[in-house]
Amino acid sequence: MSQALVIVAHGSHLNPGSSAPTYDHADTIRAAGAFDEVRTGYWKEEPSLREVLRTVESDEVYVVPMFVSEGYFTEQVIPRELRLDGWDVADWDSDGLSADVATYTAADTGQTVHYCGPVGTHESMTDVLIRRAESVTDDPHVGEGFGFAVVGHGTERNENSAKAIEYHAERVRETGRFDEVQALYMDEEPEVDDVTDFFESEDVVVVPLFISDGFHTQEDIPEDMGLTDDYRTGYDVPAEVDGHRIWYAGAVGTEALMADVVLERAADAGADVAGAIETVRETTRVAPGADD
Amino acid sequence: MLARQFDALVDEAESGIDFDGLLVARADDGGYTFATPGHEATDLSETELHAHAADSPYVTNWYFWEREVQRHDSPRRAFLRRAEAAADHDPGERYDALHDGLVTEWGQLRIEATVDPETGDRRYDVRHVDDADHAVADLDAHHDPLEAREIAKHTDDGMYRPLKPATNMPTGWVFPDLDWRDAVETVELFLPATVANWYREQQGELDVDHWADTMERQTGIYGVVEELPREAVEWVAEAACDDSQCTKRREWQYSADDELAADGGTGVYPCREPCSLVVAAGRKWTKLEEEEPREYTFHLTPSEKEQVEGIVDAVADGRVDEIREADVYEDANRYRTRYLRAKLFDDHGDLGGVPTDPEEHDDHDADHDDE
Repeated sequence: MSQALVIVAHGSHLNPGSSAPTYDHADTIRAAGAFDEVRTGYWKEEPSLREVLRTVESDEVYVVPMFVSEGYFTEQVIPRELRLDGWDVADWDSDGLSADVATYTAADTGQTVHYCGPVGTHESMTDVLIRRAESVTDDPHVGEGFGFAVVGHGTERNENSAKAIEYHAERVRETGRFDEVQALYMDEEPEVDDVTDFFESEDVVVVPLFISDGFHTQEDIPEDMGLTDDYRTGYDVPAEVDGHRIWYAGAVGTEALMADVVLERAADAGADVAGAIETVRETTRVAPGADD
Repeated sequence: MLARQFDALVDEAESGIDFDGLLVARADDGGYTFATPGHEATDLSETELHAHAADSPYVTNWYFWEREVQRHDSPRRAFLRRAEAAADHDPGERYDALHDGLVTEWGQLRIEATVDPETGDRRYDVRHVDDADHAVADLDAHHDPLEAREIAKHTDDGMYRPLKPATNMPTGWVFPDLDWRDAVETVELFLPATVANWYREQQGELDVDHWADTMERQTGIYGVVEELPREAVEWVAEAACDDSQCTKRREWQYSADDELAADGGTGVYPCREPCSLVVAAGRKWTKLEEEEPREYTFHLTPSEKEQVEGIVDAVADGRVDEIREADVYEDANRYRTRYLRAKLFDDHGDLGGVPTDPEEHDDHDADHDDE
């Protein structure tokens, strides 16, 4: 029986870069050949979430949301738009971080849909955050003497948003690889504006847990941290701020290794991805000297 | 005809072939029947069958559809059959036409199918309809369907295209030599889900979500769109869903028993529910329609009134960039417009010096929620 992967993402009416990481990761997975079909669907672009399943011929579909946290989109919008018959968020039995998979029949197409938790809360996302630090510093062994900040949006509308940031910050901390690790936010305390207040280390890698680069990661955060007065003039990596060197990484979702998280989600849901995870890990190994 | 195609023919003859005018069967005594319109031979040995089949377009046609494309009752097969008008012409006629190239238009896409008469292998050239007369060498040639996504992302002017079926698909590119799989994929990436929905419509199974249904299921910041008055939905359809703006044909109405007066357009593929762009714009219009009209008093010369009307028309029809710098006879000419602003706007940008709201200067709505 054929199996398909559908990656669903937000997309944008205003920013052409929003869908780019989703396309990139879909292409990486397509090239690994584990699925008969790999498609993408969007809330704001086409094919819409409403119609993406009818562009897929396979009977078994693994749907992986390219979202940072569990919440409004993963729990309400996506299941509704995909027409997952009988969707009940309780089927995920999640504490806000632990959604893995729930299986439904799509009312639209009759396909069996394995609806997975979002990429942002998967444990392997921690590896991507660390890989991002390697990429931005161009150092596969980065860690000693470095601080590491995971940055989230933060919002009072959804407590799960901060949970994902805390979760990965703690996991990075547990690796013992970086001298200091801190979770920071745009819209709540502790704020990314004061990034240098939270670190003793001279060098600090800052990785936003965002799916794509856009207004927040390219304009707000660099200006808030004092990397630049005007995002249009750009900034250095690293940039000097208050006696620290800030290695600003941009959205973690653009990191090639993200494709691995998507595959892990599908594998956890029962997809037969055989050697694909290995292949993807191999092909997304971009940090120079990573296999030294 | 290739050896493997004849082998397949012999293999399939056991259970009998009846496809696109080709009839092949094997009798109990082992003799083959080979028939096409106007041609029938019976009691053939395998060697004789080969002689009849060797140069027949019916055989390679059968092989292409039944052994390569396969997937009966699939949107992709129906689309490819449409691309060579298979329902209207038998393979003999079709091969002649395919030799010169059979063209089908799909929104702003032009798809030209050709065939290798020896093998029945179809090839497809996909490009913008406006580039029909260009040589491949004069266009940017692409071979990987995935590249369609990048091409479709921006207009010729470099502006982002959030709506794929919008009428501003860029020109100057071509996918000159695609096989059938890649041809369908390329169309899918330029105009997502249009083949799937067209196919459902062909089958009489298109599900339409009308305005009221679609807005009723909205939540979050779009929950308010339900409140847009019925009358304003007419204006939405006229503004956004016109043939001049979108290549889809609007099939949704206000509700199942309440048709909109606005023309749904002539697109080849249907639009089965208000798209995300219309929903997002609908949210803005819902907020705007909540305002009460006020009476303002302006003093305009007759020509100034007509100029304002001309500016609105030019912007709404996307003609602003076509108006020449020195063509001061055009209402929306930049110098004419700057003159009007210099004469009639005060320091606050208020037309005729009349404040929009005497209490609230410069209160511009800046909400840009893109959720």
